[in-house]
Amino acid sequence: MRASSAPPALRRWFTAVGPVDRVGVEERVAKFTTRSIKKAAKVQGLKLAVSMVDLTTLEGKDTPGKVASLCRKALRPHDDPAVPPTAAVCLYPALVRAARRALGDRSPVRIASVATAFPSGQTALATRLAEVRRAVADGADEIDMVINRGAFLAGELGRVRDEIAAVVATCGPAALKVILEVGELETYDHIRAASCLALTELRPGDFIKTSTGKTGTNATLANTQVMLEAIRDHYLDTGIAIGMKPAGGIRTAKQALHFLVAVKETLGDAWLTPARYRFGASALLNDLVRQLEKERTGAYQAPYAFSEAAESY
Amino acid sequence: MPRLPVTKTPKPYVGGAFIRSESGRTRPLHDAAGTFLAHVPLCTRKDLRNAVEAAAKAGPGWARRTAYNRGQILYRLAEMLEARRAEFAAALVRFGARRAAALREVDAATDRLVHYAGWADKYEQLLGGVNPVAGPYFNFTVTEPMGVVGVLAPAAPALLGLISLTAPVIVSGNTAVVLASEPQPYPAILLGELLATSDLPGGVVNLLTGTRADLLPTFATHAHLRGLSAVADAAERRTLDLGAAESVKRVRYTPDAPLATWLGDAAQGLEPIRAFTEAKTTWHPIGA
Repeated sequence: MRASSAPPALRRWFTAVGPVDRVGVEERVAKFTTRSIKKAAKVQGLKLAVSMVDLTTLEGKDTPGKVASLCRKALRPHDDPAVPPTAAVCLYPALVRAARRALGDRSPVRIASVATAFPSGQTALATRLAEVRRAVADGADEIDMVINRGAFLAGELGRVRDEIAAVVATCGPAALKVILEVGELETYDHIRAASCLALTELRPGDFIKTSTGKTGTNATLANTQVMLEAIRDHYLDTGIAIGMKPAGGIRTAKQALHFLVAVKETLGDAWLTPARYRFGASALLNDLVRQLEKERTGAYQAPYAFSEAAESY
Repeated sequence: MPRLPVTKTPKPYVGGAFIRSESGRTRPLHDAAGTFLAHVPLCTRKDLRNAVEAAAKAGPGWARRTAYNRGQILYRLAEMLEARRAEFAAALVRFGARRAAALREVDAATDRLVHYAGWADKYEQLLGGVNPVAGPYFNFTVTEPMGVVGVLAPAAPALLGLISLTAPVIVSGNTAVVLASEPQPYPAILLGELLATSDLPGGVVNLLTGTRADLLPTFATHAHLRGLSAVADAAERRTLDLGAAESVKRVRYTPDAPLATWLGDAAQGLEPIRAFTEAKTTWHPIGA
């Protein structure tokens, strides 16, 4: 489906990156949910998923105390030492220092900070860059930026690209994750176009990310698949491997395994590592640990038996 | 031209929806005369797991309702069962009950619902209260529901047994995952159709059909089930007791008994409600 009403610059970019076959993508991802992953393979998949979680808290009511407990949870998700730490914690820039205090300097858990006026991105570029600079100075290892969706949809692709480039330059050593906010891009063609646009500016070790988790539509297998295929095409063209981070809406271990199947069957084993694949999630970690505990003990577990659970019934 | 009969696919009622077992397994169900009736799903431990998730989701909303409202909903259920008295009796007769006994069972099941509907806003006064203390503060005990409770219904009476065990569990705000009578699952299927159109929120009562041997171990060990109300033989009790000890679960057994016992007043009352509530005791200073 070509968006014929799109601005000319956007239309030219669509032609360059190619369209998305909507029916094909949706049929393809429906197949990912039919794989049978049991026993040892399941345990391996669940542990891999734990090691890929960006344990996230992005609420107005976050406090340094809550961040400290989140960090402890990220370091040691469960009392079973066979459960690995998560890849990172993900929080607002104002809490990066609290997280660094809680984790120390040589932590296996990285600190990711959303920046650039997350989640809307609607402030002046200078303000957004200042926020990135400050977060990195406070100790963030990774920056999650949002793209300028308004500019993208208005066809100002050069501006979107320049802003990404400016954030890349400002990040310095910190890895960058570019949030496309797929819920606001509306079509698969737009998602592919935005993915390809961001990929041209990113360095190896950077990521593209589906969404902020603050809008109605979050990561689905289908929109993640469109982005994975953009990463694959970019890799085949340039040899530069960019990572992927679906975020928002992934709450169950079963969903996480479906997403891992999608990565394995689209990008291959080289992407089955926290260096190239992340889950942006908060409730997911507990369900992963719960399913691991079920595999270990053979008995189904209650959700409230795990720390920081929201469920009490 | 003769009309083709429209036969029913019996489906268990779980989480407010009619499900097929995730396993796809069924067993043929024959009536007392040996006539094939339908294929009934054989639910598995994964269906049980899903039912527990559904029950846990429905739990907070159900527990938050006022006692008065829970009573109204149970009473409404009795009204609906009364209206479908003939249909339920016919189903019991079809599986071997004598007509008079079937009608007595349906009537007793209806009355049992009314009985527990009446208890809804009264058990708290008897189970909780203001405790006497020798100091300048109050001390209260109030009851709270436990959470998700498993119910293992007896083989017979298929309808009255199931309702006698389930109603006292849900009246206090628990939600229930119920395994229907293994030889006679059909009344539970009918009951599911009744529940679906009642005011009971989806997920408060979840009815599974299947074999006890398949499901009992999971009922015993599932940590999210806080209690079990069961009719079970000695071997089954051993399985349930071991699993319940591991998952720190309260178990209440009701002896297997003939219909006459289930019909009687001794088969109902406050005790089955008390068994699935927790007592919370708290103090409060006087004058503050």
